[in-house]
Order: sequence, then structure tokens, then C-alpha cells
Amino acid sequence: MIAPTVLVAGNPNAGKTTLFNSITGAFAKVGNYPGITVDKVEKQIDLDGQAALFVDLPGTYSLTSRSEEERVAVEAILSETDKAAALVIVADATTLRRGLYFATQLLDTGIPAVVALTMMDDARRAHLDVDIGLLAMVLGCEVIPMVAPRGEGLSELRRAVKRLLTEPYAPGNAVDLGGAEPAIRAVEAAFAEGRPALPARKARTRASWALLSIGGDDLLGVPEGARRAVETERKKALADGRDLDAEMVGARYRAVDAILDRVITSKEPKGRRRSQKIDDILVHPVWGLLLFVVVMFVVFQALFAWATPFADWIEAGVGAAKAFTKDAIPPGPFNNLVVDGVLAGVGNVLVFVPQIALLFVFLTILEDSGYLARVAFVIDRVMAKVGLNGRAFVPMLSGFACAIPAVMATRTIESRRDRLLTMLVVPLSSCSARLPVYVLLTAVIFDPDRKLLGFLAPGALALFAMYLLSVVFSLGAAFVIGRTVLKGPRPTLVLELPVYRWPQPFNVARATWQRVRRFLVDAGTIILALTIVLWGLLNYPQNPESVARFAGLREEAATIEDDALKTEQLAVIAAEESGDRLRNSVAGKVGRAIEPAIEPLGFDWKIGVGILGAFAAREVFVSTLGLVYDVEEATEETATLKDALRDAKHPDGSPVFTPLAGVSLMVFFVLAAQCMSTLAVVKREAGSWKWAGFMFAYMSGLAYVVTLLVYQGGRLLGWGI
Amino acid sequence: MQKSTLAELAVGARATIEQVTGERRLAVRLMELGLVPSTLVRLERKAPLGDPIELSIRGYDLSIRREEAEKIFVSRVDAASEEAP
Repeated sequence: MIAPTVLVAGNPNAGKTTLFNSITGAFAKVGNYPGITVDKVEKQIDLDGQAALFVDLPGTYSLTSRSEEERVAVEAILSETDKAAALVIVADATTLRRGLYFATQLLDTGIPAVVALTMMDDARRAHLDVDIGLLAMVLGCEVIPMVAPRGEGLSELRRAVKRLLTEPYAPGNAVDLGGAEPAIRAVEAAFAEGRPALPARKARTRASWALLSIGGDDLLGVPEGARRAVETERKKALADGRDLDAEMVGARYRAVDAILDRVITSKEPKGRRRSQKIDDILVHPVWGLLLFVVVMFVVFQALFAWATPFADWIEAGVGAAKAFTKDAIPPGPFNNLVVDGVLAGVGNVLVFVPQIALLFVFLTILEDSGYLARVAFVIDRVMAKVGLNGRAFVPMLSGFACAIPAVMATRTIESRRDRLLTMLVVPLSSCSARLPVYVLLTAVIFDPDRKLLGFLAPGALALFAMYLLSVVFSLGAAFVIGRTVLKGPRPTLVLELPVYRWPQPFNVARATWQRVRRFLVDAGTIILALTIVLWGLLNYPQNPESVARFAGLREEAATIEDDALKTEQLAVIAAEESGDRLRNSVAGKVGRAIEPAIEPLGFDWKIGVGILGAFAAREVFVSTLGLVYDVEEATEETATLKDALRDAKHPDGSPVFTPLAGVSLMVFFVLAAQCMSTLAVVKREAGSWKWAGFMFAYMSGLAYVVTLLVYQGGRLLGWGI
Repeated sequence: MQKSTLAELAVGARATIEQVTGERRLAVRLMELGLVPSTLVRLERKAPLGDPIELSIRGYDLSIRREEAEKIFVSRVDAASEEAP
């Protein structure tokens, strides 16, 4: 038997997640609503013999607005196929004058419901006296006062939900919406027409929803008759000079106020609230800005530096696993597949975990404490200039450490359009994986002893220019994409500044674990698969002649008596063999095939192969370039690789890595989308390959055009050739 | 009582909402968040960079941009007051 569904609904910041966590106990399953970026969190639990599937709906302020989250909530509540057996309406006792608006909307659906009145401790501290019995009577449902983190009210809530599932339920009267009633009844009738199965209360909610909707896309899926009725009623009201929206919303709020005037018996606090006093300091024009800079710096530093030791351990662990496996399995193609394909892929996935975990620990603490909303409040003015809002700042900043956690952090942005837009431009932030590439190239193309104006190192200047370029292009891309591809309603900011609260360690751990797990399961599998494919492209097909030749060379070297000399000789052979294998591989051939296309950018085929290899991760460019130049295990500090690059010549004898070509290559790395892990995570977060594909296309196009302009423009002006 | 917009309020000043105008999608959203006619509101503060603004309304704090505040008509109640709406 399928367990009946219990939906947990409520305003954002109402303590919904904490309540859901404490009622469902251990870690719940996080899924995705199909095709979109909204998480679906659910867990089946047992209520003393009665099974129930608890679903945590996205936090919303009403049943009528139309953000993606609200659509999910509306669909779940009003769907006729996926029946909700009961509702747990989570309402923050300290913000009832707003929370009860949504609560009464939910009660009006007629679905058996119980109100969980959370934050009772805060309410008591603020001397806010709520007459629970009277509230229950007026609302026509049970009201359970709760302090979820302490478990207060939890068993009462469980019993109340069980009663909803097992005993008959008589909903209270729907809120009378006064002057709007005739319009609602007309649309309601149109909804019910031909659908006798639709309960009257749900038809009423549907009608209110449709009347407050904006038309066009929002009304897709609404029966033709109901749509016409909405138009007629709106026109009628307009002709009478009435504002139907204000009437409907106003009437419900008047009802809420009337209820609360009776229910809240004590005098409400008249002074300024605690959070407002805290904000006097935390968003103070001077101290507030200072704190903002400090907090953002700490987050960035954590991603950029604190995650590194953990990542190093993971790399060392994967390295040890690779070495062990290499010796444990007989040498051959299978050994190579496991070691350089599968294990390397696992490493490619795991290496992101420290950054993701750290970022989400910080994000959850910032969000749960209430400060994340202040971050958006402080920086909104800046982000508004490029058509985003303050919520986009933390993801964009995180992008300078790594695009993977940054893309995942976009889920703190409320509107789908803003979230997508941020996601699409975050990979233009110059992530830490690009740094080794810049370091290597500046070292190769610039003389370290030369100083501009007597003190400026050209390499440092070039590095700074790359970061500047990255900022300019990511903001510019947001500006352009936001006005073209993702053109939508005028972007704005409507932001609740929630009450400051201490974050719950369990919630932080849970949210972080959920994110990490989702990354491993969804994006991780894609990254693993892509790593294996890329490995195949970089190693196959093999040239049988070369294989035989190198086997011969190795046998020959094995006879060398001097051990040191033998080891050295074997290393040289191994480096040459890797290089030879790469040159004969699909990637090597593709690199050569695309040479005419990348030549105008100042790149030769070897650089082309390096760029293909960099798809695994940008810093892999360095080691791939090492392979092409027969330098084994190269890093950006390897002197032999730098020398090899400095000596590299075109067939006509001119050097490959001129300052201009090097700068062009750096510019290419600033803009190009060659990081399959980013593509995988964008696919996962945006819900389809479409956006990942779009991102790849626009970034590649941008990288090509800008690099072309830089290289050819530089040549025309005679710079650095 | 004089009619003006939310954007014209001084920090700490209180007013009563008269009418929310502007793009309908946003107007409905703001009203559903509690900015309905005859509701008392106080301009709590401006962001450090001058925009957006923070409103105290129905026992909670809501931040909107000046651009939106300019489309919300209010009637002023009195001078600055510590009393929370």
C-alpha cells in the first residue's frame, strides 16, 4: 500500500526545514522535481502504526504568486492526480501577521490540515501571547505550539497528523473575500464545469489563483472556459474602476488581522525588535560594509585556501590507490583503463568535495543565521547594475575559487531566471584551476628580471589583467544574456530580512551532506564517465609499430648495468612513449585537424591537444602540454617544461610561445568553457543539457572571437611578436 | 496627512499604505507580502550603498528597491517614531 502524502508547507524562514528534520528523524531523500532546479525532499515515516510520506515543499509566501518554487507548491497542493492526504502548515509565531495569510490560503483548500506554530520560544521572549485554543477554534483546525529544535510539541504534532489521516476532517469556512466573491464564484463555476471530481474547495482555490495570475504562460493548462471567465471578470472589475487584486489580497489580510486582534491577547511589543537593533550594527553604513568585506573574504579564503589541504589528501589518496592498482593488475590496456581512466575519474569527482562541503557549511550558517539576506541587501545596488540582484553575489564570488560549488550555490537565489543567469556567467569567473595555466604561461613568455616602469613585473601585470578581464566579461555576459536569451520580467529585489537566529549544527551538517551527496550521485557520475571517455580519446588508438618500438627500447634499457643510468633511461623512454601515444590518439589527431582553426589565435596543434586535455580540468592543460613535449609529470613549476615551451618552434623556425601568443592563450583560458565538471554540474542544476550546451556554445564562441581579436590585433600593432 | 510614495519617507518615518501600483506581477507579490492598503509601515533603514531600503511591516522586515518604493503610495502618519508597525 502506498503511504498517504503529508505536505509540509510554510513561509521561508518559518522553521520548516528544522521541523521537517525533527519529525522525519534521520537523513531524508532529496530528489529533484522533474526538469527544474527545485529540490524535492521526502521521507516515509511511521506514525504509531500509520505510515505517511512526508514531503517538504519549497518555502513560499502565498499560493498565488508564480515563482518556480511556488508553482511546485501550488501543483503539489492542488494536483488532482497526486493527492495530498494532509497538510502540515508551518507558521512562525513571531510573524503571524504575514504567515497567517498563506496559512488561511492553505486551509481554504479544504485539505485536512494542522498548523504547527513554530518559534514559540522567540514569541515568549518577545512577550507575544498567542491564545492557541482560540486560534484553533477560529481557523477550524488543530494548532500545535512548537519549539522544533528542542522537540517541543513534536509528539503532539505527530498525533495530530495521524488523526488527520485516520479520522474524518471538517474544514472551517473559507475566508470571505468580500467584493471579489462574485468574480471568484464565476471562475470557480468555470473550473468545475465538466470536472465533477474536482472538490469545490479546490476549485475555489484554483479560481483565486487564476484571478491573481498574470495571464499568458501562467494560465497554460488552465481550462479554456476558466481562462475566459478570468478575462471577463477582470474586465468587469476594470470597467467598474475596481482593483480586483487589491480587493482579494486586502480582504484576506483584513481577515487575518481580525483573527489576530482576538487571538494575540498580550500587547505586542512596541519597541524596535531585537533583529533591528542587531542590524543597526551589522548593516551600518560603515561597520556593515566592513563586516560584509570580512565575511566575504573569509568565505573566499575558505574556498581558495582552506579546502586545499583536504583536496591534497584526496589527491594523495587517489594517487596511492592508483599506484597500488597499477601494481596489482597485470600491465596492459585494462590496467591503464582502471588506473588512468576510472581511478583518475573518481579523483576528479572527489577533489571537488572539500570545496563544496566548505562552501555549503558557510552558506547554510549564513542563511540560517539570517546574514545571507543581509549580504544581498548590502550588495544589491552593485548587482542591480548588471540586471541581477544581491543574491547572486556569493555564487559569483565563489566562482573565483571554483565554478562547481559556485554553480551549486546559485540555489540560494530565489527566482529561476536569476538563478540560471548567474549559473551561466559564473564559469567566467577566473577559478583557481586557471591559475597554474597563467603561472606557467607568464613564466614562459616574460623575462622575470624585466620590470615595467622600474617596478612592475609584466607577469604580475598580465595575471592582474586576466582577473580584470574575467570580472568584466562575467558582468558583461550577465548584462547581455539577461537582456536577450533570458529576457524576463524586469529583475528586482523583494527580500525578507529574517530574524537573526543561531544556526542549528545538525541542520548545517544535514544541508551540507545533502549537497555533497547530490553532487556525487548526479554530477559525479557524469564527470566520471566523461573522464573515462576523455582518457580513451587521449590514449587510443595506439600505433602497433610504436608499441613494439618502445617495448624494444625498454628491453634494451633493462640490460644497462648502472642502476641510476637505467632508471634515467627508462624515464626518458616512458616520457617519449606517453608523448607518442598522445600524438597517435584521437585527441592528437583532432588537435592536428583543428590546427587551421586555431592557428589564427596563435596556437599550434600541440596547444590544441593541450586544450582538449584541459577538458578534464583546466590545470590538466599543463600536464597534457608536458606529454606533448615529452616531459613526464610536468607541473607549472617544472623547469624542463618551461624550457621546452620557450624553445618550441613553428615549422618555419619562429617561436611558438611569443608574448602575444602566450597572452592570447591566457585570454582563451579566461573565457573558454573547457571544464567538463562545470558542464556536468550546470546540467544537474539547470535540469537539462540544454543550458549546459548553451553555456558551452556561448563561452567557446566568446573565447574564440576575443582571442582572435587579441592575437590578430596584436600582430597588426606589432606587439609581442 | 499628505500623500507621497514610500521612497520619499525619511528613515524612521511611518506611513499607511494607500495603493501599490506598477507592474502587476510585482504589485500582487508585494501586496501578498503584506503591503496592502491601510497597513502601517516604517522605513527602517537604507542599505549602506543607499539602495535598497528596509521596511518594517506586519512585524517583520522586508527589503525592496527604491524603484519599487516609488510606485507605492502612502499617507504619512507622523514624524519618526520608535513604535513598530
